[in-house]
Amino acid sequence: MPKQDYLKLSGLEPLVFSPNINFVNVGERTNVTGSKKFARLILNGEYDEALEVALDQVRGGAQILDVCMDEGMLDGEAAMVKFLNLIASEPEISRIPIMIDSSKWSIILAGLKCVQGKGIVNSISLKNGEEEFIQQAKTIKKFGAAVVVMAFDEDGQADTFERRIEICERSYRILVDRVKFNPQDIIFDPNIFPVATGMEEHRKNALDFFLATKWIKENLPGAKVSGGVSNVSFSFRGNNPVREAMHAAFLYQAIHHGMDLGIVNPTMLEVYDDIPKDLLQRVEDVLFDRRSDATERLLDFAETVKSSGKKEAVNEAWRSDPVGKRIEHALVKGILDYIVEDTEAARQELVNPLKVIEGPLMDGMNVVGDLFGEGKMFLPQVVKSARVMKKAVAYLEPFMPLPEEGQEESSLKKILLATVKGDVHDIGKNIVGVVLACNSYQIIDLGVMVDAQKIIDEAVKNKVDIIGLSGLITPSLDEMVNVASEMERQGLKIPLLIGGATTSRIHTAVKIDPVYSGTVVHVTDASKSVPIAGEAISEETKEAYHRQIKETYRQLREEHEAKQSVKQLISYEEAKANPVAIDWTDYEPVKPKVLGKTVLEDLDLSILRKYIDWTPFFSTWMLSGRFPKILEDPVVGSEAKKLYADAQAMLDQIIAEKWLSAKAVFSLLPVKRVGDDATAFDPENENLTLGQFHFLRQQGKKGRGVPNRSLADYLYPEKQDYLGCFAVTAGLGMESKLAEFQEAGDDYNDILFKALADRLAEAAAEYVHELVRKDYWGYADEEHLDNDSLIREEYLGIRPAPGYPACPEHSEKETISRLLDLERSIGITLTSSYAMYPTSSVSGFYFAHPDSKYFGLGKIAEDQVKSYAERKGITQEQAERLLSPNLAYTPSTLLVNQTV
Amino acid sequence: MQNRTELLLQAIKNRILILDGAMGTMIQRYKLEESDFRTPELANHPKALKGNNDLLSLSRPDIIKAIHAEYLEAGADIIETNTFSGTSIAQEDYQLSHLAYEINLQSAKLAREVAEEFTKKNPDKPRFVAGAMGPTNRTASISPDVNDPGYRAITFDQLAEAYAEQVRGLLDGGADILLVETIFDTLNAKAALYAIQDVLEERGIPLDPKEGGIPIMISGTITDASGRTLSGQTTEAFLISISHVPLLSVGLNCALGAKELRPYLKVLSQKAPFYVSAYPNAGLPNEFGAYDQGAEEMASQVGEFLQEGMLNILGGCCGTTPDHIRAMATLAAKYQPRKVEEELEEEENNA
Repeated sequence: MPKQDYLKLSGLEPLVFSPNINFVNVGERTNVTGSKKFARLILNGEYDEALEVALDQVRGGAQILDVCMDEGMLDGEAAMVKFLNLIASEPEISRIPIMIDSSKWSIILAGLKCVQGKGIVNSISLKNGEEEFIQQAKTIKKFGAAVVVMAFDEDGQADTFERRIEICERSYRILVDRVKFNPQDIIFDPNIFPVATGMEEHRKNALDFFLATKWIKENLPGAKVSGGVSNVSFSFRGNNPVREAMHAAFLYQAIHHGMDLGIVNPTMLEVYDDIPKDLLQRVEDVLFDRRSDATERLLDFAETVKSSGKKEAVNEAWRSDPVGKRIEHALVKGILDYIVEDTEAARQELVNPLKVIEGPLMDGMNVVGDLFGEGKMFLPQVVKSARVMKKAVAYLEPFMPLPEEGQEESSLKKILLATVKGDVHDIGKNIVGVVLACNSYQIIDLGVMVDAQKIIDEAVKNKVDIIGLSGLITPSLDEMVNVASEMERQGLKIPLLIGGATTSRIHTAVKIDPVYSGTVVHVTDASKSVPIAGEAISEETKEAYHRQIKETYRQLREEHEAKQSVKQLISYEEAKANPVAIDWTDYEPVKPKVLGKTVLEDLDLSILRKYIDWTPFFSTWMLSGRFPKILEDPVVGSEAKKLYADAQAMLDQIIAEKWLSAKAVFSLLPVKRVGDDATAFDPENENLTLGQFHFLRQQGKKGRGVPNRSLADYLYPEKQDYLGCFAVTAGLGMESKLAEFQEAGDDYNDILFKALADRLAEAAAEYVHELVRKDYWGYADEEHLDNDSLIREEYLGIRPAPGYPACPEHSEKETISRLLDLERSIGITLTSSYAMYPTSSVSGFYFAHPDSKYFGLGKIAEDQVKSYAERKGITQEQAERLLSPNLAYTPSTLLVNQTV
Repeated sequence: MQNRTELLLQAIKNRILILDGAMGTMIQRYKLEESDFRTPELANHPKALKGNNDLLSLSRPDIIKAIHAEYLEAGADIIETNTFSGTSIAQEDYQLSHLAYEINLQSAKLAREVAEEFTKKNPDKPRFVAGAMGPTNRTASISPDVNDPGYRAITFDQLAEAYAEQVRGLLDGGADILLVETIFDTLNAKAALYAIQDVLEERGIPLDPKEGGIPIMISGTITDASGRTLSGQTTEAFLISISHVPLLSVGLNCALGAKELRPYLKVLSQKAPFYVSAYPNAGLPNEFGAYDQGAEEMASQVGEFLQEGMLNILGGCCGTTPDHIRAMATLAAKYQPRKVEEELEEEENNA
């Protein structure tokens, strides 16, 4: 038998129990015996909703999915087969391994025949003797699954330490010696039983489990230990504060003793370090059976939290802790109320204010960083922690000694962050900054629109350890390549992190990595930045990490090239010959009721508020899920709720105190389509040309009857038609409030405000589009849609924006800007990369044709780029730069640059 | 005198073994007619049989033997039996399910006959026969009906039964190796492995080749540049899913050319506790669905992975010919085979 070092499982993707995996969480809501809701759905045959339950588990972080159909009213085999087959069709769910859970062998067999990956059978035991046990184990081995073995034999369930290890050892020897089962694939469930039941024989239930776990891990090589945690607190049903504390303490100790995986309900779990000390003491007294009155003492305590709820009962208790603990508590919980008072107390104790920062404050932030890293805290909480930290530091600043020449440098690693030239977006960058700061990095934030030379100069001057570049719009991708090649030319070796909405692993691998010989890493989100930064600069790992990431990107490049050659494009001529088939014979373009330019000053924010699409707001905060369902999410729901409440409160203030104002401008113009362009005329004088719009056309090879779309196709090919262009902003007058937040070091409100302004801008675009459809243009005056339907884009006509998939080329904003006189009419300016300032702005076109649809341009070939450059009156090289994310080929100019 | 399994285990330790190339491509060259596919018993069979290549083992054994000989001549160490579609499930299309056992039996016999001839001519280069077990034309974990994702056109049990019959035929005909190949759905492959274990068990043959078992080779298919099998698994997940059997080798074949296969082979070469095999297509198909990568070009692409020591078994799939195999065999002779973990440990212990 080949040697196998770890337990390895698979769904569509691998799950390897390597030593750096601390604990694997098994999702258990898809178990009819454990979830009433799931049982009801399965019994009613509502499999679609049942799949949603599975999906929620995966999204909530389950690494293995337990599926159980043991229910008297159910044909368990049929239900298991049907559900597993359905899961197989949902790649997001079938990504993770399946645990086939049943007490009936026939159901287990049925399940094993449905999973292509390597899953786990839960469970078998010696309950009915050796013969059956061996037979079942042999069959499981033949199917290639791991197995959970219950500590159960002919005499019953093991309930003491001795019985547990006796049964587990006997099972292990049979499996390894006689069945030749791979020891790595054996998972013992040594029975988690309730404690504090009042019965004498239950007193050692938890302790015996811990000791048995430790014994198994030490004496049965390769074997793993699992268990269902919620059992332990069975006698405290109805008292969640105590149960949550018991789960957390039990899990903590069990993992400590070697438990590898288990079933834990994340919503019923307190953060171990947050369990009030007196409660923890009593819980652990029970778990370890440390005193004869342990149960009574926990019961007494439970009485006090039961009636009043945990918040009030324990809330103020932390105020009597020593000052270091108080600061830590305030940081973890994000409580601002006492931080100045506590910081002062610490300063008096330690005298040197620097010692306060490097001592209790940094210690507290490290706790936050660890909890975040372990997934026990979520981003909004972390940002609140940072706010507390900043307030404390701000308080200490006046006490700090002035820096002297030659003074010893701080030992903290430094990270420089910047949004690149031409780009003004900084929410994501600020979040990364906060998260890194929580993990003991010193952040040097150069802000937005920073050019390459400044980034390099500051990096060298401050001897930074890492440079992080951020950008949101597509031209920033090119600027990042530029920064990287400048870093190379000037001989820098500092690791470079790349992040932001349009950045991607593949772009980083194909375009940025080849031009810089130092480490370049794409960071998908803020939480990933911490481990990456750590690996990239730690003396022990940086060499290996450098090699590994370079190799990964090299492979990605090769795969990408392979894909390129497979991708089939047709010529631009052929594409033009396959446009959207619109029957124009009976079509009469609707003439807008109001032609020409309209400015809407001071949009009513209380109306805009109703048009907000909240889902992207939560994803800004790295809370994923659809609104409003996200508020009930078992994992992120409670944080999402808090965040939503804060957002509502701030919106109230934004509206009441006019923290910002929103404006819109649009112009509805007669146009004539010329090929893939459109010429706009002055409505007053139709001989006067106002400008040209240039559109792009899909060139991917399409199936029969599928057109190669261009926005131009939605305009009448010969006769006069109409087209609108628009811009809205909700970012006016934000500066004073933002300055206030920055002054106070309040990143939380800073980010919250910016995120809300972005949402209001999108809402304004939605609102104004509706006004245009119904009134100003008036082609859809019958329309009645609620906000959900608007979000789902159920209206007639579209409003594509330059820089987005249908028309990804940003410089068209220049034409829009000129036609609308953007700066003078509503105060929006364009940067050199065509980003709009204020950032909370949206611009685009209005198309009215009922067949018009959003689409993605995809890759285009050189023939279209040549034509586009010609039509726009720019050089091919300029066009290639503007269109670089969409090029299906590597332009010659870029090739030259890369070899320099 | 060593038995053939021992000979095989010895050979694969010392050099890169060469597997043959495409059977279909070679058969096309003969421009066969419907009559070539009909044995006397099938003279009045109601279904058209042209294109049922596996049937040629019964109706035109001369052609199949000639093709085997060409590949052995070109330097192949292992030839595959003409049984890619030799399960009762795949033969159902021709209403010939009842011939499945016979096809496998005769195909294995033919291949053995030719292999023996060549071994006799040069006993220093023993030749082996791998019983080819294709994926069938049904998938156990994908629904063919988009409106009913829970539906399956075939079950695990049906697959296991059909594969068991194929395995019996191949073993009775004298196959040295069982090769489960072109796996696009891992659940089909698991059914094949289940069937193999069943048959070995019923015949009292141990599973591990080191204990005298029949060596088993597994070869998956990455369908496109997404790097996954048709049923959605990554290469590593695929490897984990079939590692419960002590395989001779795991590898990849078909769908992609040598160049495109490289990143996924690399995963296997890094993680697999077994020998690693590859038999890519002759490049990617052109606009007409034909493969036009020449022998030299393919060999030069393969040269890259040989240089990196990623492989133990090398051959060709769709579009490859004896010329391709000859070019690759010549090249492979210059390189060392990949070492599996166990061998590396042994070396360490000896040193």
